[in-house]
Amino acid sequence: MATAQALTQPVTETRPRRRRINWLLVSGLIIMLALILFGVGGGMIIDKSYAQVGAFLPRMAPDAERLLGTDSQGRDVLSVLILSTPNTLLIGLIAGTVGVGVGVVLGLLSGFFGGIIDGVIRTVTDVFVTIPGIALLVVIATNVRSINVAIMALIVASLAWRFPARAIRAQTLSLRERGYVQIARLNGVGGLELVIKEVLPNLLPYIAASFVSTVSQSILATIGLEALGLGPQNEYTLGMMIYWAQFYGAILRGFWWWWMPPIVIIVLIFVGLLLTSSGLDDLVNTRLRRSV
Amino acid sequence: MNLQYVIRRTGVFILVVVLAVTVNFMIPRLIPGDPIEEKLSQLTATSSGNLVTGIEEMAAAYRTQFGLDRPLVEQYVNYWRDILRLDFGYSLSNYPETVSNSISAALPWTVFLVGTSTLISFVIGSLLGGLLAWPRIPRVLRGLIPVLMVISAVPYFLLGIILIYLFVIVNRIFPAGGAYTFGSTLHWDLESLGDILHHAFLPGMSIVVAGIGAWALNMRGMMISVLGEDFITLAKAKGLREKRIFLWYGLRNGLLPQLTTLALTLGYVVSGSILVEVIFSYPGIGYKLYQAIQTKDFFVVQGIVLVLIVSIGFALYVLDLVYPLIDPRIQYDVR
Repeated sequence: MATAQALTQPVTETRPRRRRINWLLVSGLIIMLALILFGVGGGMIIDKSYAQVGAFLPRMAPDAERLLGTDSQGRDVLSVLILSTPNTLLIGLIAGTVGVGVGVVLGLLSGFFGGIIDGVIRTVTDVFVTIPGIALLVVIATNVRSINVAIMALIVASLAWRFPARAIRAQTLSLRERGYVQIARLNGVGGLELVIKEVLPNLLPYIAASFVSTVSQSILATIGLEALGLGPQNEYTLGMMIYWAQFYGAILRGFWWWWMPPIVIIVLIFVGLLLTSSGLDDLVNTRLRRSV
Repeated sequence: MNLQYVIRRTGVFILVVVLAVTVNFMIPRLIPGDPIEEKLSQLTATSSGNLVTGIEEMAAAYRTQFGLDRPLVEQYVNYWRDILRLDFGYSLSNYPETVSNSISAALPWTVFLVGTSTLISFVIGSLLGGLLAWPRIPRVLRGLIPVLMVISAVPYFLLGIILIYLFVIVNRIFPAGGAYTFGSTLHWDLESLGDILHHAFLPGMSIVVAGIGAWALNMRGMMISVLGEDFITLAKAKGLREKRIFLWYGLRNGLLPQLTTLALTLGYVVSGSILVEVIFSYPGIGYKLYQAIQTKDFFVVQGIVLVLIVSIGFALYVLDLVYPLIDPRIQYDVR
């Protein structure tokens, strides 16, 4: 394999290729792992009653006892933060899974079978891609009476399929014409079997990359909706922390410990996911050589 | 221009409008619960129990008045008729203001804030990205790439919160919110303009700075592939000056695809800006939406959502039609 590759290399390339460690992917995964550890691991250690309304005096500044102080309702901010992180990640994960699942099915159907199926799916995708997600999500969320983490995830998932569907369709179109797919087709493999056995496995790297970015988009959408006040009222999430901080005027009153901690975690989530998806991108597009 | 492309693109735009109107119409009717009864019982609950009986009858009367007792199809047709007349009904929390008035008062602020800062962000980001792809730049500048990556990962409004903290709370340089000094009347003079710019600076900065990272990284990728093209090698061989190659051969070619990205991300930019307005209490569409959600002013929410979807849909439609004229290399309908 290595020699075959070497033979097909252009003669001008004199530098030997060495296996680089994919630092982007590694650091991205480490950040995500640390966040999960913080949320899930921390959730096992802390006393959950600290995060309840009236557990402490309200608006206490951070000290040695309450590391991040307390909020307007006397909840320990650190405990709320620890309980919020996994919920926000979970919403992203569910929405990402549903979104990519639906997107892959649509993209495969559209790209592989073509014809009327493709026409319909492509038009629907084009229409939905044009719509600013938050606008549609706001209509849905304002009309749903009580929102919890699972419902929140489904609301966000209702639009999360758009970009995966488009990306997977494009990849399927190019895979469809590859030699091995043609040969399988000549051998009498057809229809769904061909898609599942020959096309789908080769799409896996693209699906992985599209999954990570969909999770990221979904979390962004969730936090946006929550900051507008359309999030779960009775469960802890990072966006709701921001909403309550904004609602009680924490920014102008200088209570930085209400909004700074969720912002730090949110930024870490996005940076972690961005690094992971860039890393996956490098892995998928091996042709793409970083010049720096 | 390819006629089939234009027809298809027009069809997609019409479908966007139909979808937006239909969703606005259907979703409140699909979800169980009666907003009228809910609003009425909310009102009676807050009016210290003077009026507790007769909610059923009142709700029925309102339903007749709003035409909600008619068949669904008829309601749908009426809904369309109202929308086409730009009649979105009345604001529930600011009655008797109409939703259309409410939106048209807020829209100019959003167009000004979001339009200007997106443009600035696009220009600075693209130039920066182009520079970062240029092999001759100092090493120090390269250090910017990871910084840009982190910035591009931060949602607009979170940056806004940090900016308020730094420049309003810690250093009292800028006002905390609003579009102009509270209580002042605006005139067409320098003083008012200065006041408006002073107020727009921080929210504008959040959009500009948060956007720059993505533009720069995107442009850098575009430039790297352009710089690998044969015509760049030829330009070098001809002995053209570096600056000329960079600006006229590199940047110009990298910039065109960047315009497509502008079109694709317009939705994100607007979504992000909505929350920036909320954080800065900037009296645009986004802040209006936030207030409407807080006061359960459903008609205003629906009106704003419709305006957002249709105007962005229209902007993308125009961009898609104009783009092949700007960039002759584009192939119609290739995906």
